[in-house]
Formats: sequence, C-alpha cells, structure tokens
Amino acid sequence: MATSAVSLEPAAHTEAHELSFLRKYIFSTDHKIIGVQFMLMSWVFLVFGGLMAMMIRWQLGFPDRALPGGQLLPETMAPGGILLPEFYNSLVTMHGTIMVFFAIMPLLVGVFGNFLIPLKIGAPDMAFPRLNMASFWIAVPAGILMMAGFFVEGGHASAGWTQYAPLSSDPQWTGVSTGQQIWLLSIAILGLASILGATNYITTVVNMRAPGMTWFRMPLSIWALFITAILVLLAIPILSGAAIMLFFDQTIGTHFFDWTDGGQPILWQHLFWYFGHPEVYILILPAMGVVSDIIANGSRKPVFGYHSMVFAIIAIAFLGWIVWGHHMFQSGMNPTLGMTFMISTLLIAVPSAIKTFNWMGTMWRGNIRFHVPMLHAVGFVAMFVIGGLSGVFMATTPVDIYIHDTYFIVAHIHYVLFGGSLFAIFAAVTYWYPKMFGRMMNPALGKIHFWLTFIFYNLTFFPMHNLGVYGHMRRIYDPSQYEFLAPLAPLNKFITINALLLLVVQLPFVWNFIMSWFKGEQATDNPWEANGLEWTVPSPPPHGNFAEVPTVYRGPYEYSSPLVEEDYLLQTRKLSSDFDPAAAGAQEG
Amino acid sequence: MAHPALMSPPARREVGADVYNEKLGMWIFLGSEVMFFTALIGAYIILRFGSPEQWSAPGAILNVPVTAVNTFLLICSSVTMVKAFAAIQEGDQHRLKMYLLATVAIGASFVGVQIYEYTALIHEGFLPSGYAAGSELAQHAADGDLPASIAIYGSSFYTMTGFHGFHVSMGVLCMTFVTWKAFRGKYTKEDHRGVEVIGLYWHFVDLVWIILFTIVYLV
Amino acid sequence: MSWILPPSASTFAGDIDFLYYLILVITGIAFVVVEAGILLFVIKYRARPGRKAEYIEGSTKAEIIWTAVPAVTVVIIGLMSAGVWNNVKGRNSTPRNAIPHQVNVRQFEWDFVYRGADGQLGTADDFTVRNQLHIPVNQPVALQLNAEDVIHSFFVPAFRVKQDAVPGMAISTWFEATEVGEYEIACAELCGLGHYRMRAMVTVHSAADYQQWLADRTAAADEE
Repeated sequence: MATSAVSLEPAAHTEAHELSFLRKYIFSTDHKIIGVQFMLMSWVFLVFGGLMAMMIRWQLGFPDRALPGGQLLPETMAPGGILLPEFYNSLVTMHGTIMVFFAIMPLLVGVFGNFLIPLKIGAPDMAFPRLNMASFWIAVPAGILMMAGFFVEGGHASAGWTQYAPLSSDPQWTGVSTGQQIWLLSIAILGLASILGATNYITTVVNMRAPGMTWFRMPLSIWALFITAILVLLAIPILSGAAIMLFFDQTIGTHFFDWTDGGQPILWQHLFWYFGHPEVYILILPAMGVVSDIIANGSRKPVFGYHSMVFAIIAIAFLGWIVWGHHMFQSGMNPTLGMTFMISTLLIAVPSAIKTFNWMGTMWRGNIRFHVPMLHAVGFVAMFVIGGLSGVFMATTPVDIYIHDTYFIVAHIHYVLFGGSLFAIFAAVTYWYPKMFGRMMNPALGKIHFWLTFIFYNLTFFPMHNLGVYGHMRRIYDPSQYEFLAPLAPLNKFITINALLLLVVQLPFVWNFIMSWFKGEQATDNPWEANGLEWTVPSPPPHGNFAEVPTVYRGPYEYSSPLVEEDYLLQTRKLSSDFDPAAAGAQEG
Repeated sequence: MAHPALMSPPARREVGADVYNEKLGMWIFLGSEVMFFTALIGAYIILRFGSPEQWSAPGAILNVPVTAVNTFLLICSSVTMVKAFAAIQEGDQHRLKMYLLATVAIGASFVGVQIYEYTALIHEGFLPSGYAAGSELAQHAADGDLPASIAIYGSSFYTMTGFHGFHVSMGVLCMTFVTWKAFRGKYTKEDHRGVEVIGLYWHFVDLVWIILFTIVYLV
Repeated sequence: MSWILPPSASTFAGDIDFLYYLILVITGIAFVVVEAGILLFVIKYRARPGRKAEYIEGSTKAEIIWTAVPAVTVVIIGLMSAGVWNNVKGRNSTPRNAIPHQVNVRQFEWDFVYRGADGQLGTADDFTVRNQLHIPVNQPVALQLNAEDVIHSFFVPAFRVKQDAVPGMAISTWFEATEVGEYEIACAELCGLGHYRMRAMVTVHSAADYQQWLADRTAAADEE
C-alpha cells in the first residue's frame, strides 16, 4: 500500500526547546495561532466594514443632515460632515469589499479552516505549516493596502465591490485611478493568500486524517471547509485573472473592457460572476458546516441524514458553477440563456431545503441545551431560511426584472451573509472559544448579545425587503431625489436607527471576547460534552495537538447513543465492540 | 511510482491520496493554475470571436520562426527535467546536477528570447494598447496591409504570453533553488521530493505554452 | 411595511405581479412552516433533567419528501416564469407596431430620440428631448438603448421594466403603458457619482393628447 512518509507523530523538535515570542505568536507556523491571528485581523476589518455601513445608513436615513462626528473626516470625503456622493460610492464599494474579502471570508475559511481542520481530523498541524504562515502574512499587507486606498488622491475605488467595467476600467468615469488600482492589486495579493491556504487545507484533509477517520466519519464542518477550499482553489484564480486584466486596462493601456476598441464590458461581468457565485458559497458553506456540528451538540442527537447533508454540500458547490448568469439577467445577455440560468438557480433551493429540514430533523425529539453557540446556530437556521426563500424571487427571471438592483437584493444578501454567515461565526466563536483560549466566555453576556443582535438585526434588514418591493434602488446616495421613494423616507430612518443600535449591541460581545480571554472561567477539555477529536485534548491544545496519534472509532455525531450511559460518545473512545484499525493496520504492515 | 521509501507502511493514519503531501499539494495548486489560464484563454476566445477583424494573419506581426525555436527550447527543458528526475531515481548525483543545470539554463534562455521578442515587437510598434503612433506597423495599417486596429490583439498577446513568461521565470527561480540543493547533495535515491515536485510545475508550464503558442501564434 | 407592490401601469406588469404574489404565497407558507417548526421544536424538546434525546440518525422517507417537494415546486415556478420572461425579454417579443425610440444614455442623463414626421428613426427630422419620454397610452413602445460611456440601467418601477444599457451593445426593450399619467425613470445600475440623480420622466398621454404633443413638438422643431 502506497502512502506518505509524513507521519502524524507530533514533531519531536518542538518539545525540545521553547520558541521565542516572535516565533510563537507572530511568525508562528502553528495552525491554532494562525487561526487566532486571522480572527484578530478579521475582527478589525469587521469593525471597519461596520462603521462604513453606519455612514451609508446615515446618509440614506438622514440625507440632509451632517453625519455625527463627520466633521472629523477630511474635506475630500465629507465637507462639514455631509458625505460627498463620490465618498458615498467609495463607502458602498469598500463596505462590500471589506466584509466579503477581509471579514467574513477570513473569519470562516481563515479562522475555522485553520483552527478546526487539523484538530478535528487528528493531525498535528497542517500539511504545510510554513505555507500556512505565509498565507496569513500575505493577507495582512493586502488588507493594509486595501485600507490605504482611502487616503490616496482621487479617493478609493467607487465602482461597487462588483467593479463593473467600464466604470471601473477607465478613470475618466469616476475620477478614481490610484484607488482603483490599489483595489485590484490588493485583491490579487489576497487571492494568492487564499489559493495557498486552499492548497494546504485540501492536502491536509486528504492526506493527514488519523487512523479510523474515514471520509464519512468526518464532521460536517470539515466536509464543508474541504469543499469550500476546493471552491476557493478554483474560483479565486478567475478573479485574479480578471482583476489583472482590469489592472492592465487601467495602467498599461490594454483594451479588454474598452468597448470603443474591441473590448467587451460584459466580459468582466461573466468573469466576475463566474468567480462570484462560487464565492457566495465560499461564504456560506463553512457556516452551514459549523452550524451542523453545533446543532447536533445542542440537540444531543446525531445530525439528521448525515450522508444527505454531505451530498447537499457537494450539490450546492457543484450548482454554484453553473448559475453565475443569474446576476446578469438584465444585462442584455441572450434571453434563452437567462432561462437556463433560471432553472439551474432554482434547483439550488433543493439542497438548501434538504439542509434546512435536516437541521430541523436534528432538533426534533432532541434534548436541546440552549448554550450561547446553540442560540446562534438556531438563529442561523431561522435567518438562512429567509435568505434562501427571498432568493426564489430573484431567481425567477420575470420577477427579477422588477427587483433586480433594488433593496430586495440588499436584504437578500444580508440575510445570507449576516443572518447566515455572521450568526454562524458567532456560534462558532462562542463554541470553540474555550478550545482556542482555554477559558469560557460569559454565558449571560452571550445571551444578551444574541437576543439584542437577533432583534436589531431583523429590525434593520427585514424592512429592506419592503424597500425593494417598492422599487428602492440600491447604491443611491440620496433617495429623496425621487418622488416615488418619498413615502419610504420614514422606513429608511427606521432602518438607520436600528442599524446604529445593531452596532451598539455588539459591545457586549466585544467586552465578553476580550475580558474572558483574561478573566474567563478556566475551560475543561470538553465543556460542551461534544464528540469531536478537538475535545479530547487540553484547552488550549499544545503545539502538535495530540500527545499520541488518536484512533477514531466512529462518526462525529453519536449523541445519546444507546451504547453508553452518557448522552455523548467521543470519536476516540473505544468500546469493547469496536474494531481497532490501528492494530489491524499494524498486522498488515 | 514514487520511491519505496516514500511508500512506507500506512504509518498510523487513514489512507488518503496515494502520494506524499508535497506532490499532492503541487497537483492541487496546479488545479488553481489551470483555472487562472482558463480565465485568460476563455477571455481570449470571447474577445477574438467578438472582434475577429483585429487579428492579423499568423506571422504578419509576430515572429513565428523565432518563437517556434523558443517552443522547441522549452520542450527540450522538459526532457532535461525528466532526465534529471530519472537520474536521481537511480541515485546518480552527477547527472542530476548536470540535467538540472541544463534545465535552468534552457528555461532562462526561453525567458531571454521572450524579452528579445517583446523588445523587437515594441520597437516595430506593437504595444499592449495596439499600434504605436507613427511606427512601422502603424504605417502598414494605414496602407491597409494590416488590421486598422490591433488593440485587443495586443492586449491579449502581451497579457497571455507575459503571464506565461512570469510563470517560467518563477519556475527558473525555484529550479535554481532546487539545483543549489542538489549541489549540496540534499537529494537521495530514497528521498528526492523537491525534484519531482518542481518537475510537475515545469511540465505544466511547458504544456500551457504549447496551448498558448498554438492559439496565439499559429491560429 | 408592506409586501404589496406599488400600482402598476403596463401590459406585462400584471403577469410579473402575479408571479411575485405566487412566490410570496409559496415562500410565505414555507417560511411559516419552517419558523413555526423551529419554534415548536425548541420549546417542546428543550432540555429537561433526566431525559435523553432519542437516537435517530435520519429517515430516507422524510429525506425523499423534502427533496421532492421543493424540487417540484421550483420546477413549476420555473415553467410558469418561462412564458412571461419570453414575452417581456425574448428575442422576438417586441410587438411589430411598437413606436421606436433611440435612447442615448450617458452620465447622468437620458436623451430620448423621437422619429419625427417621416416616421423613421435615423433620419434628419429626428428630434431629441432630454430626460423626457412622451408616449401614447395602450400602444407599445420600443427603446433602443445606446449607452455612450458606462453601463446604466433603464428602470420604470410603475411599468415593471428594467434593462441595462451596455456600451457597445445594441440592446432593446419594450413596454406598453396602460394608464395615462407621469412616471419616474431611474437609473438602476451604479454609474458614477451622479447615479442617484439620473432621473427622467415618462409622460403617458391619451391618444389625442399624444398627437397634439407630437404636432407641437414637430412645429417647434421646424422653427428652430
């Protein structure tokens, strides 16, 4: 039997000497430290993105009033505290960019991909630890570069996070050139980091699983992260290629998207969305994965229909490649093609429904413990349903004619990315916090944070559907320009106030996250009485994770198994009836 | 098949791919590279069908014979790469070093010829943005011997061949590193993963060039 | 907060609105079923001391049901949509008797080109009105969208019509107004710093008023 020379034995040299602070915490190759580094970086960007959202909301709710504290902004952005339209467009662009590329994506893929994969499959680290470190230290300068774009002459990129050409390709249409080029460079650099990360994750999952950790004993979080890594690997280079073409249009005078000399603006949209739709699933599949783990744990039951959950992940990932045209129904593309894209898009409802009903099936006849992660996970399911159902409206081409580019779309994406991904991130952070930092978060503060977030989140984003139903366009600086939008002004104000409150109620979480790090109750190895491999090692796990290579005897969701008295059963716990693959392997060898 | 030493018994892990991590990682990374070139080639096909009038006959602007020689060079470097790998499989350190050196040299020559090609083309007036004003080629276009505009032709030509050239350059750098390690005797008959992994990348870049040469120069 | 669409005033708006309400009802039912189910389960199956959850790994029958029901539903929605889509945006959907207009779109204005007295577009007597489209009621109108700089999108909420104007692409769209009145035209695709005020008006006249307006306009054009 042919396999690798790389063993899973913990690296001996790491125990031999203490690493310097710099090697241990800054330029660390330990996947757990890198995961935490990604988390701290993403929190910073999440705050930036959130503050940008507040400025956008202020302008929409109170278009005639100066932004409170807006006087602090330079004259080129907000003279006298009143946002300029060009700065507003930059804010819209950068809110989307920062949230998608520097907050949600690193939080899910960078943080939990890094932290969970080796721990949950029983590996001492990633397949390529140094590549992993490189991935983080490439992402950081990309982020700094991206923020620097605000301070260059002409302002930051302002063509929307989708960067439709020719608005983005020729500086004469926006007055932005350096900012635009910075955006494209930063995205190309971040793309490299993502591709290196994905290469690492896939290799690790394929080659480094502990004995007994067969494919269908892998937790759904790992399945989701594995499939996501494949999407990252294959989708990101498309964006990099497109971004480089746009960069050349801006800098060395190529004409890819210049319609006056043979170029095609629509080509950008095809390339962007060919990447962009898989990207959407990059942002939601890991969320679905971690939520599956947490719901099973909270319900004290096996995940309902584990195999169909795995196949649903694969189906969603596959369908994600053949639906990109649904972002372009009104772009003038061939209407027959539009019809095909409509059908393929509607079919995504099927695996999504399978997942939703299976989560409900998991809770059915359970013995549900409402710890904070479980609250967020159930919140995820409740919100993801809304985001999924609103998707049916825009998948249907005739209805899309009306709601395309309106606030209905904005509501939809926020139900998926905030109600979906971000609730899952809160669930995952509160669930694995004890394992990451060795301390428990305060559950009372956690519950307050969940309920307030849940309430103000819905008060902020649910009415956006109604704005869209009334035809309110997205990305407009001043809705008071239109008579037909005048009746919506009170609703816009209502949303803005709730958005501000939504930001405020994140403070308990920030406080909880920071204070628990220093003062939280000491965490036991397995505070949630869960089954996964990560709960068999100390909190936080040592460098190299496992003192000896674990052997896996069963799937990850054996909660309330009739075989044992407790309502959980660790994957590594050997019962007398279990077959021992390690011993069998040794005999074969 | 990898070396027996790389196929040690399933040392206490689940069976994954039948290859060691570095090789699997390179295969996966090349999957990403395939998508990158797919984006460039896909865009090229769409743009060319959209504006066929911008493409001149093969050889009218580009110097096909020189590039054909260059293509032959790159194929030769793949052969020397194979020879280098075969050498270390037999534990022949001397031939490993010689063939790696040859691969580096040929790869660098390929990049050199490409730079020469670019310089000549730019001198004639073929730029990424189209004709250079007042150049020799612009004159031919004005006479009606060449397409009125070659803006998209220029854009695609330089972007596609340029990115391939960039990949070869990166390959040469890595190959130099591998060669340096070979000279320090780091590869053995039993463990020579670095040689095999850089070889995979090298053959991939070679393969991409054959596709690019065909669709950009010959069709 | 309302889920009711604003008043509509075009021939195909009814079909689009019907599909919207149909989907609203279907998704509304799914929404209630799922959210009520979640609520019921979290209350009914909340943890109680001494109780153990039931060990259930799944049910093939249930899986088949919740695979098949959504699949059939979305396929039906898709089939019902196909006809409407083809009618509004299909290649040959523009009625033959539609009044043709060219619309030259640029940052941040709409130039509506009228065909003038000879009834032909692209001739010397064409005239242009900036940001004003005048059309007769109950007669289809075809717009040739000609973007001159970046991508814009022609959006009349009351007519349920939206179509991107892409530079370098000849894109046409059509609609037929059913109510006399004035309606706002908006740009729906981010097109630069003046995007938010890229507003125009469409005035729907009765047949007689439209003839009168045309006559006045032509006379005015002759004098110029």
